[in-house]
Amino acid sequence: MVEHRRFGNWLPHLILLTGVVIVAFPVYLAVIASTHDNAVIANGQMPLYPGTHGLETYWNTIVAGAGKTTRQPVGGMMLNSLIMALGIAAGKIAISIISAYAIVFFAFPFRMTAFWTIFITLMLPVEVRIFPTYKITSDLHMLDSYAGLILPLIASATATLLFRQFFMTIPKELVEASKIDGAGPIRFFFDTLLPLSVTNIAALFVILFIYGWNQYLWPLLITTRDDMQTIVIGIKKIIDVHDALTEWQVAMATAVLAMLPPVVVVVLMQRLFVKGLIETEK
Amino acid sequence: MENRAIFSGKLLPCLLILPQLAISLIFFYWPAAQALWQSFLVQDAFGLSTEFVWFENYVNLLQTPEYYHAIGVTLVFSALVAFFSLGLGLLLAAMANRNIRGIQIYRTFLIVPYAVAPAVASVLFIFMLQPGLGMIARALQRAGIDWNPVLNGTHAMILVVIVAVWNQISYNFLFFLAGLQAIPKSVIEAAAIDGARPMRRFWTIIFPLLSPTTFFLIIVNITYVFFNTLGIIDTATGGGPSGATQTLVYKVFQDGKVGTDLGGSAAQSVILMVIVVALTAFQFRYVEKKVHY
Repeated sequence: MVEHRRFGNWLPHLILLTGVVIVAFPVYLAVIASTHDNAVIANGQMPLYPGTHGLETYWNTIVAGAGKTTRQPVGGMMLNSLIMALGIAAGKIAISIISAYAIVFFAFPFRMTAFWTIFITLMLPVEVRIFPTYKITSDLHMLDSYAGLILPLIASATATLLFRQFFMTIPKELVEASKIDGAGPIRFFFDTLLPLSVTNIAALFVILFIYGWNQYLWPLLITTRDDMQTIVIGIKKIIDVHDALTEWQVAMATAVLAMLPPVVVVVLMQRLFVKGLIETEK
Repeated sequence: MENRAIFSGKLLPCLLILPQLAISLIFFYWPAAQALWQSFLVQDAFGLSTEFVWFENYVNLLQTPEYYHAIGVTLVFSALVAFFSLGLGLLLAAMANRNIRGIQIYRTFLIVPYAVAPAVASVLFIFMLQPGLGMIARALQRAGIDWNPVLNGTHAMILVVIVAVWNQISYNFLFFLAGLQAIPKSVIEAAAIDGARPMRRFWTIIFPLLSPTTFFLIIVNITYVFFNTLGIIDTATGGGPSGATQTLVYKVFQDGKVGTDLGGSAAQSVILMVIVVALTAFQFRYVEKKVHY
């Protein structure tokens, strides 16, 4: 950029290409494996180009399950993952945006206490308080339910902080103007604030969708029924079957299906994703 | 927070904040308090009686060699993952920051691992590195290396490090790229005019200016290894062989699942909470201050 380079830009291209190959190869291999017969995979001679068993494998994986094993069809797991991911994203955004609204635009008793109470939850991921949380969820009869999958994971302050940050940049004059026009707090929220927050909401939605879809420990603990499993934990059971019996083509098809929704979201909504990532963390 | 409150009314804001407060209290404060309380209790084998024992659970914990082993594993694992994923992320970001063509395409590929769940990433790598089956495992064996993560603790550690690094590259790449793009071009041009070559410019100007990003990412990566790698470990190695990949969080998970020592498990959770709080506090201090050297 600054000076003339003797060799042009071949070095950055080479390094970036190597990076891309390293990053993409495992994913590529999974896609390829899902189109081959298990026998070809198991003897270690799998070629690097697609095979012909793709449709059959995906049909068996998503819909049919398998004759020989007790494996569940993955279609239902994907639906569970989808409900969980959407529930976490929508739920967290909904409760956060209204609590941030209350904290920024109102004066009420214990406002700062409420803010700090929420703020501290930023610090502890569900992994460290996992068994007590499990016990409470179980006491509330929420095991094997969507509420149990979703609610404990939306108890975190990241989204609230983001909205608070954003609301504080909204000029006071805007609020004054709406008040003069006769808008009350609810009107102002729906007619002014919500439209202004659309980009933030979308960026957050992308991040939270991935977060929810990729959850592992929590669904593993609180789902006991097979029909409540999410795909990310379902995949472990497929390769957990005694090693020699693992249906690798099914395992890889499941891996591909487990990656597909979040990868599509990230790639298609790249700008929102980067925005969401950088703003929720900083 | 300056006083921005504009709307009057007391009931409405309380109702608005109620859902989040309720969820935080039920699923956050209540379990955290229970963990703390339980860590001071000892229950007999049948769960019939409990006794308040002050710090006995902690003392017992700190006398078990397995706990120190788990601490060691966690430290080694964190250090390796942070070093390699930050190094690779920075290298790729520095390359992408030059004005070259196709940067959008490179970036699109490089952010994919972020979207892959740790447990699924683990499955992808098991498929390549499973002895006898995986493409890379067979290549290693042909090369005369007796690769076997199922039996060899070092190999198991290498396996989980590779998966975790792969999983974290996107994140580090994106943040380093954002950090690099925030450095004013004029600073770099001035150095170039003074005759500093690219490598020298990188180490004496760019790298120091990136230090806030680097600090931030180190903390984030350590937090990631501590808490988000559970899916990787559970899928790839199950903490084995003989505890070689058993991190602190994974130990809480395994001990809790067995469920014979509730007090000890709770004490482990509390220690972890203290570690996260310390890491987060540290992160806020540095991110707030935007350290520059």
